[in-house]
Amino acid sequence: MKDFEPRIIAFLCNWCSYAGADLAGVSRFQYPPNIRVIRVMCSGSVSPHHVLHAFQRGADGVLVAGCHIGDCHYLKGNYMTVKRVKFLEGLLQFAGYDSARLRLEWISAAEGIKFAEVVRDFTEKIKQLGPAPSFEAVPERALGA
Amino acid sequence: MTKASQNLLGSAMVVGGGIAGVQAALDLADTGYFVYMVEKSEAIGGVMSALDKTFPTNDCSMCILSPKLVECGRHPNIEILTLTDVLEVAGEAGNFQVNLRQRARYVDMSKCIACGVCAEKCPRKVPNAYNEGLSQRKAAYVKYPQAVPLKYAIDKDHCIYFEKGKCRACEKFCPAGAINFEDRDMLFQLNVGSIILAPGFKPFDPKIFDTYNYAHYPNVITSMEFERILSPSGPSGGDLVRLSDSKAPERIAWLQCVGSRDMNHCDNSYCSAVCCMYAIKEAVIAKEHSHHPLDATIFYMDMRTSGKDFEKYYNRAKEEQGVRFVRSRVHSIEKAPGTENLLLRYTDESGSLLQEEYDLVVLSVGLETSPEVLELARRMDIQVNDGKFAATSPFAPVSTSRPGIFVCGAFQGPKDIPQSVMEASAAAAETAMLLSTVRGSAISKPEPPQEMDPGEVASPRIGVFVCHCGINIGSVVDVPAVKEYARTLPHVAYVEESLFTCSQDTQNRMKDAIRENSLNRIVVASCSPRTHEPLFQQTIQETGLNKYLFELANIRDQDSWVHHDFPEAATEKAKDLVRMAVAKVALQQPLEEVRLPITQSGLVIGGGVAGMEAALALAEQGYPVTLVEKKDVLGGHGRKLLTAWNGDPIAPYLDSLIQKVESHPKISIRTKSTLNEVTGFVGNFKTTLDVDGRSETVEHGVTILAVGAHSYKPSEYQYGKSDRIFLNLDMDRAIAERQDAVVKAQSAVFIQCVGSREPDRPYCSRVCCSHSIENAIRIKEINPEADVYVLYRDIRTYGLRENIYREAREKGILFIRFDLERKPQVELEGNSLRITVFDPILQQNVVLRLDILTLASAMETRDVEPLAKMFKVPLNPEGFFLEAHMKLRPVDFATEGVYVAGLAHWPKPTEECIAQAKAAASRAATVLTRDFIAAGGVAAFIQKDQCIGCRACLECCPFGAISYLEQEAKCEVNQALCKGCGTCAATCPSEAVSLLGFSHLQLYRQIDEALSA
Repeated sequence: MKDFEPRIIAFLCNWCSYAGADLAGVSRFQYPPNIRVIRVMCSGSVSPHHVLHAFQRGADGVLVAGCHIGDCHYLKGNYMTVKRVKFLEGLLQFAGYDSARLRLEWISAAEGIKFAEVVRDFTEKIKQLGPAPSFEAVPERALGA
Repeated sequence: MTKASQNLLGSAMVVGGGIAGVQAALDLADTGYFVYMVEKSEAIGGVMSALDKTFPTNDCSMCILSPKLVECGRHPNIEILTLTDVLEVAGEAGNFQVNLRQRARYVDMSKCIACGVCAEKCPRKVPNAYNEGLSQRKAAYVKYPQAVPLKYAIDKDHCIYFEKGKCRACEKFCPAGAINFEDRDMLFQLNVGSIILAPGFKPFDPKIFDTYNYAHYPNVITSMEFERILSPSGPSGGDLVRLSDSKAPERIAWLQCVGSRDMNHCDNSYCSAVCCMYAIKEAVIAKEHSHHPLDATIFYMDMRTSGKDFEKYYNRAKEEQGVRFVRSRVHSIEKAPGTENLLLRYTDESGSLLQEEYDLVVLSVGLETSPEVLELARRMDIQVNDGKFAATSPFAPVSTSRPGIFVCGAFQGPKDIPQSVMEASAAAAETAMLLSTVRGSAISKPEPPQEMDPGEVASPRIGVFVCHCGINIGSVVDVPAVKEYARTLPHVAYVEESLFTCSQDTQNRMKDAIRENSLNRIVVASCSPRTHEPLFQQTIQETGLNKYLFELANIRDQDSWVHHDFPEAATEKAKDLVRMAVAKVALQQPLEEVRLPITQSGLVIGGGVAGMEAALALAEQGYPVTLVEKKDVLGGHGRKLLTAWNGDPIAPYLDSLIQKVESHPKISIRTKSTLNEVTGFVGNFKTTLDVDGRSETVEHGVTILAVGAHSYKPSEYQYGKSDRIFLNLDMDRAIAERQDAVVKAQSAVFIQCVGSREPDRPYCSRVCCSHSIENAIRIKEINPEADVYVLYRDIRTYGLRENIYREAREKGILFIRFDLERKPQVELEGNSLRITVFDPILQQNVVLRLDILTLASAMETRDVEPLAKMFKVPLNPEGFFLEAHMKLRPVDFATEGVYVAGLAHWPKPTEECIAQAKAAASRAATVLTRDFIAAGGVAAFIQKDQCIGCRACLECCPFGAISYLEQEAKCEVNQALCKGCGTCAATCPSEAVSLLGFSHLQLYRQIDEALSA
């Protein structure tokens, strides 16, 4: 397990969290290079299918980050995000995944340091969890066995 | 209208780049005027850029401000002049000649790429003014990380080269050759049609308060310093610590009215209007930040939370978040012996002398006009009032004493951000009214490029440009390797690496490469799409390529800068990011922006002061307006009001306004009219009116809701049972008519907060304190012998209104405070009245016998739900219209093309109604000036054959952009209303909805590619 380098997909909303990630860069806050960012307009546009697809294709962890509640550029998109992530956590557990592999964070455009900290912490947690089980490799997991 | 020059110019100058200046500039630039934005510092953003959070929504200040700054920075009709001062202004309204001086920056803005190497190499450390001097920056610096323009500067006063003649380290290491020590100050002249002053305020310097020891004790700090301590970009990285010993404070006190409502230590008799709210906000945020239970106490005289949703914020802080409020003005701050802690000595309301110990004391400093701005006003020949703010009339709240020069923000009077933003839009409206005949004359509209034939883009030929960004990317990521890797990816037909992809010459090479290699999609691997996508999109557009056939791979901000110590992993990540971008752009099709026509006219609902001012402001800009009024006359509540707070009579103003509106050729008035039905959307509304029983249809592009509010008719305090009990509006009339009841009254009492700040109406009605005090003073003037009492909970004479509160006390009017739990008792005693009230200073009941009683009753809206439904706009729980954003979009709705003004938005005095009405007209004009409504681009699209008509998308759309087609049983997106968030796409169970530009397929491909290596 020592050399395990997790693969992490991050969906970042354009207005807050992607900007926070940029600010981490501008401020030169360092974090592990395991993360691959997909920019979306709103965290509310990340569907359960997108998250599940990432796990199906071998992601070890998925981070969804958006504006703080009340700050959504689209007024209330992130309320939908909360609902979906809650739902997905249950679904992942049902499928035999540790729901800690999916993480929701609110990161504002001013929180460069928080972005770096979240990525550091999440990468570390996923490292401890080890590689994600593969849907294809262990089909019985989908039955909750 | 004022006399204006014959030779009008279609440009304006905005002095000051804070939030007010930015809003004024954007409104003008969006309505066809060219704007010179003059900013004295290195970057725009003003005080708001240094705030941590904003009340009452606790939004992150920078997050909501930054998009406006970026918009300002890249607007083709705005030229930002930093480090620039206005010297002299000659000429007249419509045609001013302005002399300016631009100080040397010593950095060539056209070359600086904001990589920060100059600051890194600069050996000289300087106190960082952006952090209130609490941290240090270099002599080569950028004002703050999100600054616009994002360009470094050299601080001549501290630069070692300027001091000692050698160093120039910045010049040696700058990869772009941007340092220019030969730079010199420049004098120049600009000609503009109008000037808007938005120079802002200076926080009061509390050093002169000897007994507060700000100058001596490091743990006595100002509220601005505390903002920076709370901020994640501040001196402690957002950790709540006191700077003397980095200890986390456990007890913090805020002292209100430092430099406000004070004629002893300073000359600021006025109330600064914002400190109560910011202190509550700081206390709440501090409690949130603190890792242990924090004792937060606010020492105040009156809690002035009269703005929209402020009272609820105050109540929550008190009841839920546990902020402690103590009504007292603290006498002195001493150091607790042997510690860094502080001792506060104060007297409570009952007169007991108390002492408490705190770790940190925050002085809630007031707002004042800086000496530089006063000097500017003198040079510009602008009058100031006794508060040293620009002198304005309540009936022309943004017009200075010099025609053609307008004012907004804190230089108009101390105020908060929403009010500043409203005034900024109002000042833009005044400019647009003055210069309406020359609109568009100073701007150039670039011809839209001819787009490539769809056939040419069908099969992808992708060009990939990998940027070194000087050494910013190249020193970590192996750029040549990434370039060679890109060459191997599907559909890639061309690759190139460059030192600075954003430079003008690379942009030209990119255009050549597109033409020579028949490229039809472009990927740039460099910095952030948030800052650079528009630039590259414009470049490819110039070759006829649809701007959406572009993708940025962020290999700097999110790669080389954050994985400094892992060059190999960073290079692998860069390859992945390029691969993801290539895969995404290959699936991208050109996106069409549909152009919908606009009906260039407005509908204003409500014929009171706000409605008439809004209608006039639109008509004066050249747009036809239909003004709808329910009653048979115009005027609304203005007809009942006697004066503005400063004593200026309302009637002459109102008569003249009605006359102007009635005689205006572009205004059609419909009295005795109501609305039956509204269809359509921004640019294309169709409204059916009931005009005195007859149906009439009006087509209009924009709508302004100004339906006003009403006085609450009290059920308490014996109201209605005696003709000696009045509401304030009735008292206005009784005074105007010199009715016997008033003239002969030997004693008069006013009761405040009647129906306001109660569980049923948990808001402050904002105007009643001033209104009662005006009438109290008038009664005292009619009969100086009369005893006049005001029974109040907090006196909320914010801003310069504080002066009438002082005047009232000087005239012998007595103020007795009461609590909600112990309201005064009113009894009828034959022909007279008797009130019993508990006086907290005497600590006993006081009985008043009186001749007349005035109830300061609440303001409330009536029957507004149907209107809200018709225009698909929200109401708040108290029944007032809810704007798009309480801070920065105070007159807009989330639904585009509909605006709000006046009392229907929130209780407010006449001058604020007028400013808001003009602001609504300015915002509405930004729609009407457009040639068309551009719809589409990144917008949702529903594949009808996959839609099952479940309407999940319709329910989650906050913009009302989705409708259900009953006949087909399908949903449809109105692209004119869609904002492109994509929430509907994620909600659709069959993925029939897709966000164009971020389609499901593209997201899946990006995921696949991210994980394929």
